[in-house]
Amino acid sequence: MAEARRRRDPSYVKLPLIAATFGILGVLIILPLYQVFAQAFGNGVAAYWSKLTDSPETRHAIFLTLMVAPTAVMLNTVFGTIAAYTIARFRFPGRTVLVSLIDLPFSVSPVVAGLVLVLLYGKNAAVGGWLFEWGYQVIFAPPGLVLATAFVTFPFVVRELIPVLEANGAEEELAARSLGASGRQMFFAVTLPNIKWGLLYGVILCNARAMGEFGAIYVVSGRITGQTDTMPLRIEKLYQEYDTTGAMAIASLLTFLSLVTLALKAWLETKLRR
Amino acid sequence: MTQKILILSGLIYLALAAAWVLQSGIVRDGPEILHVACDPTRELWADVNTHFVENQERATGKRWRVNMSHGGSGSQARAVIDGLPADFLSLALWSDTDAVRKAGLIDDGWVDEQPYRSLPYFSTIVFVVRKGNPKGVRDWPDLVTGDVNIVTPNPKTSGNGKWSVLAAWGACLRRGMSETETDAYLKELFRRVPVLDTSARNATATFASKKRGDVHLTWENEAILEVAEAVGELEIVYPSCSIRAEPHIAVVDRIVERRGTQEIVASYVKFLYTDEAQHLIAKHHHRPSNPAILARYADRFPNIALFPATDVAPTWDAILAKFFAENAAFDRWMRN
Amino acid sequence: MAVGMKKALPGYRLGLGMTTAFLGLIVLLPLAAGAAKAFELSPSEFLAAVWTPRTVAAYKLTLWTSFAAASINVVLGLTVAWTLVRYDFPGRKILDALVDIPFALPTAVAGLIYANLYIADGPVGRLLMPMTGEIAYTPAGIVLVLIFTGFPFVVRSVQPVLEDLDAEMEEAAMILGASPLQNFMRVILPNLIAPTLTGFTLALARSVGEYGSVIFISTNRPYEMEIAPVLIVARLEEYAYREAAAVAVVLLAVSFVLLIAINLLERRSRRHG
Repeated sequence: MAEARRRRDPSYVKLPLIAATFGILGVLIILPLYQVFAQAFGNGVAAYWSKLTDSPETRHAIFLTLMVAPTAVMLNTVFGTIAAYTIARFRFPGRTVLVSLIDLPFSVSPVVAGLVLVLLYGKNAAVGGWLFEWGYQVIFAPPGLVLATAFVTFPFVVRELIPVLEANGAEEELAARSLGASGRQMFFAVTLPNIKWGLLYGVILCNARAMGEFGAIYVVSGRITGQTDTMPLRIEKLYQEYDTTGAMAIASLLTFLSLVTLALKAWLETKLRR
Repeated sequence: MTQKILILSGLIYLALAAAWVLQSGIVRDGPEILHVACDPTRELWADVNTHFVENQERATGKRWRVNMSHGGSGSQARAVIDGLPADFLSLALWSDTDAVRKAGLIDDGWVDEQPYRSLPYFSTIVFVVRKGNPKGVRDWPDLVTGDVNIVTPNPKTSGNGKWSVLAAWGACLRRGMSETETDAYLKELFRRVPVLDTSARNATATFASKKRGDVHLTWENEAILEVAEAVGELEIVYPSCSIRAEPHIAVVDRIVERRGTQEIVASYVKFLYTDEAQHLIAKHHHRPSNPAILARYADRFPNIALFPATDVAPTWDAILAKFFAENAAFDRWMRN
Repeated sequence: MAVGMKKALPGYRLGLGMTTAFLGLIVLLPLAAGAAKAFELSPSEFLAAVWTPRTVAAYKLTLWTSFAAASINVVLGLTVAWTLVRYDFPGRKILDALVDIPFALPTAVAGLIYANLYIADGPVGRLLMPMTGEIAYTPAGIVLVLIFTGFPFVVRSVQPVLEDLDAEMEEAAMILGASPLQNFMRVILPNLIAPTLTGFTLALARSVGEYGSVIFISTNRPYEMEIAPVLIVARLEEYAYREAAAVAVVLLAVSFVLLIAINLLERRSRRHG
């Protein structure tokens, strides 16, 4: 069905648009990406591999990113689905304010995000001090990293889902209800399957951004080498040490990871869009 | 079916990740200390720590661990104040370390706790110029001649930036310039700074990789590394005088008390002043405080008249208020 | 249609409750802590901290570059989203995957690379010099970098809506004799306005807060090319937490107002669509 659509527009529209797309992506994205990889592989493939695997700090950074990012993404996905449903399906006073509040984290500079999290969870703060007395550390430890990442990537899934839910309309859900489906049944059997592509897009975007977040993490992690350094922090450290090859190697790994998740989506797409 | 397996494994992965994150917040104390340091000292401390840990194992049989955190000097101080459990500090500015004291974490009089006023090493600000020194920059007055452009980081966000300002100011005073003349000199200097990078390393990249500017004002050890990396394209120029940049160390008393790491920290500090450590310090291009050892590296560290920061203003609080506070000198210079 | 939905569909109260709880916990509470810090200042101190010629210059720069970048991203994003969804061509899947790269790359890396590419003797800068002069270290460079970091927003907001667009509607329109242009204007475009506005909003919001990439391509000279987040860092370095928080609060307030304005616009466009 999607394939049939792809042939309809006249070529004097199609061809320039395709050319423009190649041009845009080429200049904006492919060119910088090429630079990253060129520098990463500047000393050969063997050097590239050793940059990623030799140093225990780098290995830990990769591990930490793979622990922190998915946790934050999971939180935001669960929240995002519920929020998108509520916002898309219902009209209520303050709806626009709510949506704007949800969008707000995007405009918060990472410096500020880190600052306010420390103001809330630092040792001298209300919540942080109390937790600290119980022997639990949020800031300067992985839980703080998850909170910072969740903060920064908060709007992704919601914002991805709202247009999709609105485009779908509530007809199928209403139909399910009228046929006697419970709320849970309706949600899992009708709502979720209908938005699965928007959901997948949102999760993938959220994940890519979560893994690449630097600014807020720089502030809340304490930057303890081998313990609270995520991949982006490790990139900065290596860059500071004049190891541009190593820094770009990790940067290329980040892009690989995001490409892999997209490949996964594409694969799922072919399997499920039968 | 594959869809179900995928979803299930995904959920298990997420559950494990979440569990790991949760448990990692539990405060655990082991035979380790956290050394919070400023940025351009990574390799130095990695080296020192390796030697220290080996020595200790040989001497006491215990294998200790020194965890490092690196960041901007100010960011590090703020992190410690906000709860980063540092046992030991080595920051770029006295004022940053003192800020931690003001927060109650370090006892008063910390400067005199350790030898050489808590300085295992010191450094200075020097010039880096293009090969052949085409603009003929030899000393501080040359910076504001002709069309010379200067690269130095933003003093508001970088320790290097602050030391550069103090070095320039002090050099003027030593040449007998009046306060007004010195102020005008510095204003002109910053007019010639095309890019205000946020950190020392970024400024190095701007000068060395992006090839902006004719002179780079930076730490001596950074300069040596930068010139080495540039393979013949850059040279170091030592001005007639410069500032004695002092990156003090300090033991964070409250944290050490709480974690019971007095023994390790005391050994660590003691180690820094041993000949072995002083040699390591010199190897990484910092000037060891031990005069005998410093003398041995005379070829690496040319003689240069160094004046202390207190030549510029009597106390660091005065320095900050005069130059780097809101609407102070630097803000004035930038205002056109 | 919307009226009575609360009765027809379940989950309104639960959904709203959970949404606000999560929003409060993750976002609002920390922001409130920041605001609390800022309001430790007296009103005159607050004003002195947030309204000076230097801060105003920073706000202006931040806002206009963000607007410019987000607007350009609308044009670029629509082009790309349209092409990726409606046409099939070799390399389509790869291009699709590349759209998210700006998110995956840490902003500092992006800033570094762009700066290196667009300085006077960089690979691209060299080509552009005769036409435009140097791009790096100018506001144009800032806009460029902001275009990069905000690029995926419009594309990914529009794509799912385009994909789900009812092919039958278009077919019906064609059968009824609509020209491709009429088809586009009457059937497709109305549905695109909302997601495009969403994408624009997100790209704008993101650009306003962007720090890591901009500092590498800007001169960061106060009054000339200093973005607001750099101001905040400068105040933090002075241990002036309250003043830093004050500037942050102002930025947040401005962003919030912008977001509400655009979201209201979006709502109105949907009602007429």
